[in-house]
Amino acid sequence: MKPELIIIGGSAGAFSTILSILNHLDKDINIPIVIVLHRLKNTTSSFEAILQKNTHYSVKEIEDKEKIQKSFIYTAPSDYHLLLEEDFCFSLDVSEMVNFSRPSIDVTFESFSTILKEKCCGILLSGSNHDGANGLKIMAENNGKTIIQDCNEAEFDIMPKAAKTICNKHQELNTTNIINTLNNEYR
Amino acid sequence: MINLNELDELLFTIKKQFDYDFRDYSKASILRRINRFMTINNMKNAVDLKFELINNPSIFQNFINEIVVNVSEFFRDPSFFKSLQQKVFPYLESYPKINIWSAGCSFGEETYSLNILLKENNLYDKSRIYATDISSNAIEKSRKGIYDNANFKEYTKNYYDCGGKESLKNYFVSDEKHSMIQSELKKNILFSNHNLVTDSVFKECQLILCRNVLIYFNNNLQNKALELFYESLPVHGFLAIGKKESLRFSSVYENFKEIDREEKIYQKIK
Repeated sequence: MKPELIIIGGSAGAFSTILSILNHLDKDINIPIVIVLHRLKNTTSSFEAILQKNTHYSVKEIEDKEKIQKSFIYTAPSDYHLLLEEDFCFSLDVSEMVNFSRPSIDVTFESFSTILKEKCCGILLSGSNHDGANGLKIMAENNGKTIIQDCNEAEFDIMPKAAKTICNKHQELNTTNIINTLNNEYR
Repeated sequence: MINLNELDELLFTIKKQFDYDFRDYSKASILRRINRFMTINNMKNAVDLKFELINNPSIFQNFINEIVVNVSEFFRDPSFFKSLQQKVFPYLESYPKINIWSAGCSFGEETYSLNILLKENNLYDKSRIYATDISSNAIEKSRKGIYDNANFKEYTKNYYDCGGKESLKNYFVSDEKHSMIQSELKKNILFSNHNLVTDSVFKECQLILCRNVLIYFNNNLQNKALELFYESLPVHGFLAIGKKESLRFSSVYENFKEIDREEKIYQKIK
């Protein structure tokens, strides 16, 4: 059976929103969550440690060919693209940057949507480039649930705006409503 | 664009017609590469692609070069190269001759990075590097060793981050646009075609470097490649794989000990 999964993509200004979402998810929710955030390479960041302090999930940076499990939050490692295989294990790739980004949110959204179709939910948050817009459109076309952060609320609105411009199927929600939606859908 | 079902059929055809076996490659990754190749070459569907591959021999070689990922950089993951110098080089010093296998060498960045560090650590004179790749285009580019100057700012930063002692540019001959690795640093390297899927052990090596190559394989083929590396190493020989790759799922896991868990450097113990 296909797993259900939530993918959150974001760039500049998305981190605090991610923390807020994770903090307010109901404790009985255990749908796997994948986070693709643009971040600097070759720096040891405390990203995973901070996430862990804000969630009842186990937080793990992805290793190649690892299988998706419930109750886990997976983070995309810096300097790799993140893809999904047919047998629902993660695959990493160091091919060319896309939208000046590796990981690219577009690449992950598209790859996961190809496999999971309506079983995956994409959320695109604040960011100052266009990465993610095309991928989210593909997810919407595959009948996945797609959400963009309220452009008035996002610290940098270029990313959610770009998604809205090329596709009108996304729900545009502020952080509180994103949390409420996830709590209602995935309980 | 092709989908996953068409991909299986295409890979079967490629195996039958050309004897290249990509069937155990990561499907997710190879699908992206093939779709990228089709976009670049204006091919609309699987029929177009198959027709061109079968009827146009030059396209096929081009296809192989494109679907194999050859993106790399000098001193990728400086922390890895730092660890290699600190934790592996001292062992290598004790050998009268050092054979190193740089497997999946792409355009040579990784191999030359290693060679520069061998030089700086006075191991160069007794080292011989066997650099292999499945793509003949990659081998040819590696042999030439010419790189775009645009990326050298990043390479230089990487180089210093891993403890480089000189000016990186000293190892190159440059014009305004390109830099070519000094011929001195090519002398001890033998570049050749090798296919990790079908070819066998060719040399006993004290160190094998194969970073970010296994990610393009499925579990089955990863295991096969790791068994090949195991066979190629003497006891106490070293294996370095990519930072996010793992030995954990392989049959040879028990035969290695971790030298650096974070940087994925292992030593064969039995």
